[in-house]
Amino acid sequence: MRFHFKTTYDQDIRLFPDWWNFSLYAALILLLLAMPWLIDSFFLGEMTNVLIWAVAGLGLMLLTGQTGQVSLGHSAFMALGCYTTVNLMEAGLPFLAAFLLAGAITGIIGAIIAIPALKLHGVYLSIATLALAILADDFIVILDHWTGGVNGYFAPEIWIFGVEVNRWVNPAAWYYLALGTALFVTLIYRNLVRSPLGRAFAAVRDSEISAQAMGVDIARTKTLAFGLSCAFAGLGGALMGLFAGAFNNETFNFLISIQLLMMIIIGGLGFIHGAFLGAIVIAFLPQLLSMSTDFMGSSSIPGLETGVFGMILIAFILFEPMGLYGRWLKIRTWLELFPFARRDMFKRQKTYLKTERLR
Amino acid sequence: MSLLDLKNVTLKFGGVTAVNNLSLSVNEGEVFALVGPNGAGKSTVFNMISRFYRPFRGSITFDGEDLLKQKPHQVSSHGIARTFQNIELFERATVLQNLLVGRHRHRKTMLLEEMFFIGRTRAQEREHRHAVEEVIDFLDLQPYRDKHIAGLPYGVRKVVELARALATKPRLLLLDEPASGLSVEETQDMRWWIDDIRRQMGITVLMVEHDMGLVSKVCDRVLALADGAELAQGTPAEVQAHPAVIEAYLGTSAISKTANAKGERV
Repeated sequence: MRFHFKTTYDQDIRLFPDWWNFSLYAALILLLLAMPWLIDSFFLGEMTNVLIWAVAGLGLMLLTGQTGQVSLGHSAFMALGCYTTVNLMEAGLPFLAAFLLAGAITGIIGAIIAIPALKLHGVYLSIATLALAILADDFIVILDHWTGGVNGYFAPEIWIFGVEVNRWVNPAAWYYLALGTALFVTLIYRNLVRSPLGRAFAAVRDSEISAQAMGVDIARTKTLAFGLSCAFAGLGGALMGLFAGAFNNETFNFLISIQLLMMIIIGGLGFIHGAFLGAIVIAFLPQLLSMSTDFMGSSSIPGLETGVFGMILIAFILFEPMGLYGRWLKIRTWLELFPFARRDMFKRQKTYLKTERLR
Repeated sequence: MSLLDLKNVTLKFGGVTAVNNLSLSVNEGEVFALVGPNGAGKSTVFNMISRFYRPFRGSITFDGEDLLKQKPHQVSSHGIARTFQNIELFERATVLQNLLVGRHRHRKTMLLEEMFFIGRTRAQEREHRHAVEEVIDFLDLQPYRDKHIAGLPYGVRKVVELARALATKPRLLLLDEPASGLSVEETQDMRWWIDDIRRQMGITVLMVEHDMGLVSKVCDRVLALADGAELAQGTPAEVQAHPAVIEAYLGTSAISKTANAKGERV
């Protein structure tokens, strides 16, 4: 076990608490950068998929894990991000500019939609946002001038500083694009968490009443969280659509939002690591299932994937509400304290009465 | 000079009059207590000052400014901080993070600065941390700095809530039952802290408390409430001896008994 002997406040402010932690993440990033030389193009494609899910997952994590607002409408914002990127590219913007601008536009539209939606609490908010996700499907069909309607779009060619990013010709470039976006979004997420706004998010999640008493504007904070979350989801959606090569109203149906929510719960609500771990599960589980059904000698079973996902989700909510990352934290603590860890160390304490609802 | 003024404040919930035509004024630099039986409307008064409730009638002014024009989150920017009767901390955060939320009203950075952690963000974080450390020092919270609230004992949570309120650097501190659920020693600590908060930090304190021992030791003035209306006001000793207060707590026969007891002695 390492003990931190702190001598400056900066040790708590900087991104990495110590050199050991820093070198761990540096090694991880080096490993990720070296991936194209280590694995073949099929698995590189799968890794790209994981990173894309992680970007969108970080978006929902900011809203659900950090601010405590459950949204089932993020597929709509992923679609918005995707179609905005493509339309901006057709208007002549280079990919990178179109991509980032689309993220910003999705964020702003998300924030505008959030203003009425966030008056709802808890399950009512999820239902309202679910309606949004289902509506998005129809909107994509109606607005076929921009979206291509049911026929959809074929992803345009992507060029970044003279390099063609094409999944079939140059899978490594696509992988680096997804990795770069994931790192970018993670950095913003980390920066928010260590600054006043991120703490205000957590305050709104844990107790709206006392957050207000501390001077946190609840409506504004929730709107910002929703907007930022939608911006990340928009970036993730743009990557997802473009990576798929072709997309229409079916690509971003509401099941994507539900998968996204399942993903962050399985990964661990409120942790950046959780978004990545959940993305790994979401991206690799279908492969694993198809391999195992092949092994059992049967053809594919319709609905198997959703069923297994559902069961995994139930199991996590029952047995490990803190998700995969929460489990890892427990294992790590057990190892660090070995042999002094106690069995009931992580038992949840009885929580004390909350102040009566004031409204 | 009076810092906080409530004038003829009335609040009803349906048919229940929670606070009835109440007036009180808290002077700068004093410790003022609201006492009264359960359901007398003490916490309701706090919630009106915090603007969670809006009174039907009457006015609330703080340092000459009309508090009723403020939204709940704007109250703290005037320098009013509070604690809650049933501890409302941010459970999934550490003590340090809880206290840093208390610094929220001093936030100067914009969204983009925080997203990329540029400009004054880092300097501001250091500044906030410094202010929070002073509070941690003051209340001896050093051992709990990086602990999560969910694992802390009740007494410590109570202190953390006081610390969070102090971290906002308030002019007026509203303490809702600071000693409830505390042990004898913890109540002693609380007593000295309230004294120091007034003497060293120059913060005016308005508190709701049932422990008359604590009230009589730290408070300059006491207002006794029953059924939302004022019963008596004055020094702790005066209020405790007031017949209406004894009646509210112990019933009418108690008065005659005290009278009898006095009579016998005479």
